[in-house]
Amino acid sequence: MEIKVLGPGCKKCESTKKNVDDAVAEAGVTADVIKVTDVMEIAKHGVFGTPAVVVDGEVKSVGKVPTKDEIKSWLK
Amino acid sequence: MTEDYRATNGNMMILACSGGSNVGQLANQAAIELTQEGFGKMFCLAGIGGNLSSFVQSAKDTPRMIAIDGCDVGCAKAILERGEVPLKDYVVLTTLGIEKNKDFNLKDLDVQRVKDEIRRTCNSEAM
Repeated sequence: MEIKVLGPGCKKCESTKKNVDDAVAEAGVTADVIKVTDVMEIAKHGVFGTPAVVVDGEVKSVGKVPTKDEIKSWLK
Repeated sequence: MTEDYRATNGNMMILACSGGSNVGQLANQAAIELTQEGFGKMFCLAGIGGNLSSFVQSAKDTPRMIAIDGCDVGCAKAILERGEVPLKDYVVLTTLGIEKNKDFNLKDLDVQRVKDEIRRTCNSEAM
């Protein structure tokens, strides 16, 4: 499983990355968590805002910090 | 302009039908100019219609959005409904008394009327 956290490095982006890391650990799944900070790379994903979370190519959340429970529901 | 920023913080998602008529292109031009003026950000309705997850999820998660349809066929509204995206602020340009036709020589006065109506609609929702 591949999870991308899109965000240039703002506080919300950092919080999102932490929640993703925690959710992955708690769910006990194997996942590559990739932080994408390059603005041009983020733009390629077509999201309206950041932070955004992409799980196996599917955008799950845009412009907000998802909770650990939300993230876990995407890992099943 | 100052009031606009207060109402939307520039985070208003603007979706225009951009259809093949004068009113469709008025919607498009208004969306472009409102983006350039910092009122909001035009976003790709076609991406939502294509059911691309980044576009659909962006529309679902944005706190503020205005959809602009040129006429009451309502393509923008239908695309949002199909994508299960809640309709928030909404404007149909023919209800402003602008007649739908195929004249693509847009009038500045009409563009301004459309922009004024969009601002009025969004600001009234923000109060």
